[in-house]
Amino acid sequence: MSKSKGKKFWEKLPAGSVVLEAGSAVKFKTGTWRSMRPRWIEENCIQCMFCWMYCPDMSIKVTAEGKRGEFNYEYCKGCGICALECPGRKGVKAIVMEEEGK
Amino acid sequence: MGKIVAVTGNEAVAEALRQINPDVCAAYPITPATDLMQRFSGFISNGKVDTEMVLVESEHSAMSACIGAAAAGGRVATATSSQGLALMWEMLYIAAGDRLPIVMPLVNRALSAPLNIHGDHSDGMGARDTGWIQIYSENAQEAYDNTIQAFRIAEHLDIRLPAMVCMDGFIVSHSIERVEYIDDDKVKKFVGKFKTVNPLLDLDRPKSFGPLILTDLYHEYKRAQHEVMTKVAGVALDVAADFEKMTGRKYELFEKYRMNDAEIAIVVMSSAAGTTKDIIDEYRKKGVKVGLIKPRLFRPFPFKEMANALKKVKAVAVMDRADSFGGYGPLYYEICGAVMTLEKKPLMINKIFGLGGRDYLPDQAEYVIDELIKIAKSGKVKTVKEYIGVKE
Repeated sequence: MSKSKGKKFWEKLPAGSVVLEAGSAVKFKTGTWRSMRPRWIEENCIQCMFCWMYCPDMSIKVTAEGKRGEFNYEYCKGCGICALECPGRKGVKAIVMEEEGK
Repeated sequence: MGKIVAVTGNEAVAEALRQINPDVCAAYPITPATDLMQRFSGFISNGKVDTEMVLVESEHSAMSACIGAAAAGGRVATATSSQGLALMWEMLYIAAGDRLPIVMPLVNRALSAPLNIHGDHSDGMGARDTGWIQIYSENAQEAYDNTIQAFRIAEHLDIRLPAMVCMDGFIVSHSIERVEYIDDDKVKKFVGKFKTVNPLLDLDRPKSFGPLILTDLYHEYKRAQHEVMTKVAGVALDVAADFEKMTGRKYELFEKYRMNDAEIAIVVMSSAAGTTKDIIDEYRKKGVKVGLIKPRLFRPFPFKEMANALKKVKAVAVMDRADSFGGYGPLYYEICGAVMTLEKKPLMINKIFGLGGRDYLPDQAEYVIDELIKIAKSGKVKTVKEYIGVKE
């Protein structure tokens, strides 16, 4: 590893692996982990925002009007929580899980 | 000079914690450490300290809460024993890896099974590789003094590591001894004001503890963790020097007793060292050149200094109050590691004694010294590892 000003690379790491920068999770794109892909069916969506609330990452975009937007697949691991929690319209789901690559 | 009192080891360490007044304690009761935190929680109830006590449902939660409080930016302490320490296991590594200076008196007790509440070092030795600093104490005075020093060592800005202060369960924790307390204001001044490093509660500078770090940097973080450990002995000696100025009581990385001209030596930790010193005195009267080494700082282990202390000795008995089943006792490995660097190595034997609080009696020390005399004379070791004090 590179040496600069006498200090080795590992000596410059923040003690205790503390992340000193806020919101750095935005750099960690977990979408490549996905094998199941959620699909949003807008006509079945009642805008309850449950999917946004339940998403463990930040895969549900919210529009400037505060409405549910499209998925941000860069952060979607395909966990399926959104599809499970989605109440849909009269029992017809607004989010369905589909196999990636199909 | 401070007040001279007759107290148990637990009482003395609880008093040290009262004088230090940590911000947060999270603890769960377990014999023989229960009495320590019970006494300390009495200080909280009576308004003698303003520590926030977090009562939790297990030791795993106790250590987790301590980690949270320490990351938030508080001075944090807890205490435990045996199964309690075992239940903390995964959290101990996190406290050390996150570089959180939590101080934890460990009242050494045997591990199950069979269930046993008495003193041996199985618990502490099991936590050997967690990255905690470990300091072992012979008696109540040392437990008190080491607790006060441990805060300074752990919280030192070059260190920031958690520290365990160990004393033998019941033998020290529940026996009344003469202890010299230091005045409150002196302890407060000695320990100093707690300095935060990257506290979570500094909301203007948001940060995260405990990120996922994979093959890209984990190895480097562990390299850095090792480096910090190499600085602990120096800091411990500086702190001990300040402590000696304040109290007149001298502490080193390990105690050397009658080692100057010693030809044979016993290495033993904690309360058993006291008994052994008495027997050494008797053998010295008969002209046997025997000495003792009592490790104090067990993690990090002072290999170089230990090698130097043993370089002129012909035979060494390392006495372990714990066993690594299928291996040698844990202290034996450390001493072997130390003497490996010597050109002329002493002959070495390993005695396992006092498990589950089995009394360590003078005749056991005599037995070991007699064997060392024979080994030094013949140059031969018959049995490397042996259990002593076993009913046969």
